[in-house]
Amino acid sequence: MKSIPGEMEESTVEYEVVVGLEIHAELATKSKIYCGCTTEFGGEPNTHCCPGCIGMPGTLPVLNKAVVDYAIKAGLATNCEISSFSRQDRKHYFYPDLAKAYQISQCDYPLCRNGYLDIEVDGEKKRIGITRIHIEEDAGKLIHDESGNGTYVDYNRSGVPLIEIVTEPDMRSSAEVKAFFEKLKAILEYTAVSDCKMQEGSLRADINLSVRPKGQKEFGVRTEMKNLNSIRAIVRAVEFEAKRQILELEYGGVIERETRRWDDVKGESYSMRTKEDATDYRYMPDPDLYPIYVDQAWIEQIRATIPELPDDRKKRFISEFGIPEYDASIITASKTLADFFEAAAKDSKNAKAISNWVMGDLMKKLNDTGLEPSDIPFTPGNLTKLVSLIDENVISGKIAKQVFDIMWDTGEDPADIVEKKGLKVVTDTEAIRSVIIKVITANPKSVEDYKSGKTKAMGFLIGQVMRETKGKADPQAVNRLLKEELDKI
Amino acid sequence: MELTKLTACKVADKIRKKEFSVPELTQAYLDRIGELNEKIGAYITVCKQDAGKQADNIQKKIDNNGELPLLAGIPAGISDNICTSGVLTSCGSRMLSNFVPPYDATAVKKLSQNGAVMLGKLNMDEFAMGSSNETSWYGQVKNPLDYGRVPGGSSGGAAAAVASQMACFALGSDTGGSVRLASSFCGVVGLKPTYGAVSRYGLVAFASSMDQIAPVTRDVADCAAVMNSIAGHDPLDSTSRDYGHEDYTLSLKSDVKGLKIGLPKEYFSGGIQKEVKEKVLDAAKVFESLGAEIEEISLPLLEYALPAYYIISSAEASSNLAQYDGIKYGYRTRQFEDLVDLYKKTRGEGFGEEVKRRILVGTYVLGAGNYDACYNKALKVKRMIFEEYQNAYQKVEVILVPTAPSTAFKIGEKTADLLDMYLNDVYTVPVNLAGLCAISVPCGFDSSGLPVGMQLIGKPYDEGTILRAAFTYEKYTGGNGGIDCGI
Repeated sequence: MKSIPGEMEESTVEYEVVVGLEIHAELATKSKIYCGCTTEFGGEPNTHCCPGCIGMPGTLPVLNKAVVDYAIKAGLATNCEISSFSRQDRKHYFYPDLAKAYQISQCDYPLCRNGYLDIEVDGEKKRIGITRIHIEEDAGKLIHDESGNGTYVDYNRSGVPLIEIVTEPDMRSSAEVKAFFEKLKAILEYTAVSDCKMQEGSLRADINLSVRPKGQKEFGVRTEMKNLNSIRAIVRAVEFEAKRQILELEYGGVIERETRRWDDVKGESYSMRTKEDATDYRYMPDPDLYPIYVDQAWIEQIRATIPELPDDRKKRFISEFGIPEYDASIITASKTLADFFEAAAKDSKNAKAISNWVMGDLMKKLNDTGLEPSDIPFTPGNLTKLVSLIDENVISGKIAKQVFDIMWDTGEDPADIVEKKGLKVVTDTEAIRSVIIKVITANPKSVEDYKSGKTKAMGFLIGQVMRETKGKADPQAVNRLLKEELDKI
Repeated sequence: MELTKLTACKVADKIRKKEFSVPELTQAYLDRIGELNEKIGAYITVCKQDAGKQADNIQKKIDNNGELPLLAGIPAGISDNICTSGVLTSCGSRMLSNFVPPYDATAVKKLSQNGAVMLGKLNMDEFAMGSSNETSWYGQVKNPLDYGRVPGGSSGGAAAAVASQMACFALGSDTGGSVRLASSFCGVVGLKPTYGAVSRYGLVAFASSMDQIAPVTRDVADCAAVMNSIAGHDPLDSTSRDYGHEDYTLSLKSDVKGLKIGLPKEYFSGGIQKEVKEKVLDAAKVFESLGAEIEEISLPLLEYALPAYYIISSAEASSNLAQYDGIKYGYRTRQFEDLVDLYKKTRGEGFGEEVKRRILVGTYVLGAGNYDACYNKALKVKRMIFEEYQNAYQKVEVILVPTAPSTAFKIGEKTADLLDMYLNDVYTVPVNLAGLCAISVPCGFDSSGLPVGMQLIGKPYDEGTILRAAFTYEKYTGGNGGIDCGI
């Protein structure tokens, strides 16, 4: 890319960005795709391996049926047609982490095709096409010796089953990409097809992106960015690459068909290889494996195992718990969060308050700590109790936030926290009145202001009383009694 | 009594009758190997100690009058492309010249469960690519009948060892005719099982869609016995079939009355050696005299078989051999600049010329621009050949053809002209392409005293019928299972 001046002049052309995704999801099967080795994450290098995983001569792949089950499930949950005939092919390239020097994947005859997902961005609904879903095996990984003495290979991940989900180039903004990706992730989680742990690489996306002047029919030249492993990175990469391509075109350049790597730290992408040195993968049907035939009975058997999906759950949350559509869609986007909410709300008289806590303090904690909903340190029942403590006027809303923080840190029962820390609302009128008198005496200026009609002074005095009582005083009582005392003066 | 002259079935009987012991028999074979292997070069590895231990264990069972498995105490050799736990499995290649697998091939495991004693690992063309055993990193195997001639290939070590009584029987592999061609050149019996009949697990892949582990034996009865022990479905090989394999020894009946045998005219014309043609046609007359119905048939696709075979087998080989990259096991070059240099040097130094040639051909035919014109077209030819045979089997039950166009040729005679070399396989490759079964049995000698082999080709999973026909012929003619190599 040639150098671009810092400032771009106002463009006269309006551009449209076109995005398609290729998403790799690691399947949640217990064993690998072609042998009985465990798929468990981590482990000492090369301990989750058999001769087949490291491509020893004479070993043969035997397809794990559960992999086909999971992939069919993913296909059905994303409205795909399931192919009655599909084939496994070898994709050849040399790299040390690829034990056999070919990856068993599916080329011409994928297991699932022609699916879609509906997304909603700024109130607008849109259908994103899914071209295909196919099964394939993962590769191992290279470990570079920190002292620079060498490179080692860990084949634990070699043969872990993946599905690759390929979309149509139907997305037109980073917001659409985000919405689609989040929806797909939710579906894979709901169906338990994948654990979707992005930080462990269970779910990663390649972005195919091009730009074109709005109204132009033909697509522009696209680039591909590989292996993005967080939603934030996906969104940033889409935005960066769209801007880069537009700038390039604006300055009279051309977009090259190339593969680019996204550097999340620097927030920019750089060219890895151009089409000229693209690999010829020499796909061929794998002679060690017969085609996969799926009949209707198999499909129906899998269909019967598909649980309630995010869209249906969202609708049910709205009608059953009376929470706003916006809240319902955020909460149901994560299965574990939705499970948490539902468990807390079903025993509560105030589901709306539960939803507010989840949407507010709980989400904030998760965001701040980077934890997943599955890591929430307290039980849904604790949240139910916290809300009822407020509703029964045992603690104030303000105190509740303190209790929530303690619950987050210790996982303790909120009632115990309130008890132990003495956080109960003070409803004793005489106790409150004595504090009020103390405050009035200490703040003659404010009393004077109040008397001369400055109502703001009332707020200040209430604040002082709450401070004196460490927030535990019943606010309604404070309000009433303060008025009484001031009126006496 | 010369113990090594006995066939497996006779040995089994005598061991049970305690006429001699398994250690005695094993030692007789080891002595014979010690005497001859240097001249013939059939073995890459001889497992003296392990063989001795195995022999002692079997003898203990015999002494305790324990239940004896089928092949109890029979000394066998295994081709070096069949994995043997703890024993070098080199595939006749420098690339795997240090590869010791931690697992047994299923066929080896079954042999061992059946009590066979493994004498060692047999020489072969590098990665089973060759028809004359001239491509092995471990040197040329010589034909025991004439040291100046090739033993055929690629399973030359297997056939030479059985013919020279350095093994009672052997396991080779047959991708394009390897076991049958070598058996024919050495005057022994070789059977290529139906694709899927014997597990390929542990057989180092050359062309996965055609590879089969195949027995080489002194006579037809031994062949049935070995098949009984190695055939059957294996959960470790998806392409092995659960076809409820029969007891092949039940086919050892001298009866071909009414058996319809087809003679495809295309297999008796062209570059075939006159004496070979005559001997096979003589055999047809023998069958006729025994009550079989001989019918001339036509299999015109023969001329496309060899090109289709070389395209498909080379394509699969280029894929299967890609894993030898110097990273995980096997040969690695000593000095290299970077990863690509490591690959280039390792593969450049580790593979021999013929293997490299086939990798190049295979890589070419799988290339994006050539796939349809070459590989896909070859797959279509494969399908058509299968159908042509299916149609033929509407009319006949067995097809009789020569195993090879000639008898054993001189070492170095065909290395200059590859096409000439490849033509050795012309009569054997259709069987692999169509996934059929075929047995090569000796049917006489040419004027130089070299054995001629004929091939009886059967329907898929119809090993029983070709074994019966072969057995009948052998019984009638006396066979030459006991050929004296004059050694």
